[in-house]
Amino acid sequence: MKGLPPVLITAIVLVAGFVLCALQFPTIASTRVVGNLLTDNAFLGIVATGMTFVIISGGIDLSVGSVIGFTTVFVALAIERWGMPPLVAFVAILLLSAAFGAAMGAVIHVFDLPPFIVTLAGMFLARGASFLLSTESVPITAPVYSAVSDFAVRMPGGGRLTAIAIIMLAIVIAGALLLHLTRFGANVYALGGNRTTASLMGVAVGKMTIKIYMLSSLLAGIAGIVFSFYTSAGYSLSAVGVELDTIAAVVIGGTLLTGGQGSVIGTFLGVLIQGLIQTYINFDGTLSSWWTKIATGVLLFAFIALQQGLVALARRPVVKSAGAAS
Amino acid sequence: MTALLPRRGLAQVLALIVILAVDRMVSPQFFDLRLQDGRLFGSLIDVLNRGTPVALLTLGMVLVIATRGIDLSVGAVMAISGAIAASLADSYGLPIVLTAALGAGLVCGLWNGFLVAVLGMQPIVATLILMVAGRGIAQLITEGRIVTFSSPDLVWLGNGSVLGLPVPVVIALGMLVLTAAVVRGSALGLLIEATGGNARASELAGVGTRAMILSVYVWCGVCAALAGVIAAADIMGADANNAGLWLELDAILAVVIGGTSLFGGRFSLVLAVLGALIIQTMNTGILLSGYPPEFNLLVKAVVVLAVLLLQSPKLSGLAGIAMRLRRTKA
Repeated sequence: MKGLPPVLITAIVLVAGFVLCALQFPTIASTRVVGNLLTDNAFLGIVATGMTFVIISGGIDLSVGSVIGFTTVFVALAIERWGMPPLVAFVAILLLSAAFGAAMGAVIHVFDLPPFIVTLAGMFLARGASFLLSTESVPITAPVYSAVSDFAVRMPGGGRLTAIAIIMLAIVIAGALLLHLTRFGANVYALGGNRTTASLMGVAVGKMTIKIYMLSSLLAGIAGIVFSFYTSAGYSLSAVGVELDTIAAVVIGGTLLTGGQGSVIGTFLGVLIQGLIQTYINFDGTLSSWWTKIATGVLLFAFIALQQGLVALARRPVVKSAGAAS
Repeated sequence: MTALLPRRGLAQVLALIVILAVDRMVSPQFFDLRLQDGRLFGSLIDVLNRGTPVALLTLGMVLVIATRGIDLSVGAVMAISGAIAASLADSYGLPIVLTAALGAGLVCGLWNGFLVAVLGMQPIVATLILMVAGRGIAQLITEGRIVTFSSPDLVWLGNGSVLGLPVPVVIALGMLVLTAAVVRGSALGLLIEATGGNARASELAGVGTRAMILSVYVWCGVCAALAGVIAAADIMGADANNAGLWLELDAILAVVIGGTSLFGGRFSLVLAVLGALIIQTMNTGILLSGYPPEFNLLVKAVVVLAVLLLQSPKLSGLAGIAMRLRRTKA
């Protein structure tokens, strides 16, 4: 038990859940369903990757759902009303969201405020700004959009690995590499472990905080673009409450909400577990969508309780065996 | 001026006066009150009435925050209690309906308090669980429909009037007086502040910190349940998806505007309720001004940032240094 990392437990839950679902509905175990699972949760996977960095560093980012909503509206209006080429619109919104994240990080660091409340203000700000742009759903008809929706790699068994699923997988892999193999990643862990210690050891705490929130908002911006590919529209109310799903996925993935521990792969598995619950409920047909929320809540509780237990176990003073004294 | 008014709370009172003045400029009849059918009508009464649910949430939230905690689940608890009240209203009497709805809030509070005080979870995480699952539970109770009712007793709770004032306002006032009497009339408030200031030191000094934490979450749950019943009675129905949606954020905002530190250790009930009124006065003002209600969120964001920056220890430190420099120069 002691050597079992939380990620492994998440993986076991995912596999066990998948096997149980497949036993009841054999068609779930097909590349078609798995392909859809990846496509439907592509934006969640991207934004959860960014959230993993924030939470490991000991912070939280409540603004991601609003940033996704703002991005979809901005992209839709830029392409359809203001006549921007799609690529220019994408670059513009990514710069904008990165600057937004950097600003939140700067406020958190400079004024020494809790991330929770600063990103809450960011959430209001981004959602309010998207309402100001447009309150109605703006369809996007640019040719790029139909090209991206049509693009898919055929998998054996008839499944389609869509473009947005590929983008998500690429970002998850890049995020995992960034977190586990670079100095930046090591600094993120250091910040979450103990801010003062990290600062004494020479980590530029201010710069790191700004970069981490910038990364989270940037990925939320990318998730927003992916979301607009997924729905082919921009709507100011899209992705309401996604911040909760994201935090839930990160926690189920074995990342400690107090910071200092976690992994991008675990988060990815957490996203898949949430997607699996949704898929199961769709397959069953008699269960209503609110069971998703209850099931997610129960899983959330189980994983947090488990982490709490593991932490308590780690903090327990080491008991020397009686033989050592003699 | 400072001699007349306590230093604490001056900023909030001034803010409320400024916003009221702006509202008066936007809508000249803002302060008009008229008596009709034994009940007062007017924008001011409307502000009080609409502000009631958030004010009730604030009463519980401010105590939770004083212990260095936070309760994200109050919106979901509102949905649950509203759903229970609406489902029972037409077949049972008011006492049973209220007991069931408030009991549900009590159980939710016990659950949150158990996770935080006994299992030692971080408050944000612990209450996140109920925030996610609670709305699902509420939908389970209403079976995904919007449950409506016509029980006159429950409707009176949302739309009736006592001595010219709307019933919700009277209930909120009563709860404020009750909470203040219990918390400030005894040493309880001090013990709660001690728990938030330094839980370990308080524990060593003999404060039952676990009991304190547990009881503030229970109180927060009960207040949220009451707000949920009133919200349901107001629209004569329960909508599990939208009842109390995002109100937890408004309640936290109200507490922060009221000058209660998010780091725990001190709180003010009256100022927190004043914070709730400030938020509602802004909302009503924006509505009356004819601007789209979408401006609400932007204005709120700016207000949160401004209040946060004013409270920031760093900023007041800087201001202190600047003042000292000026003094030495002079």
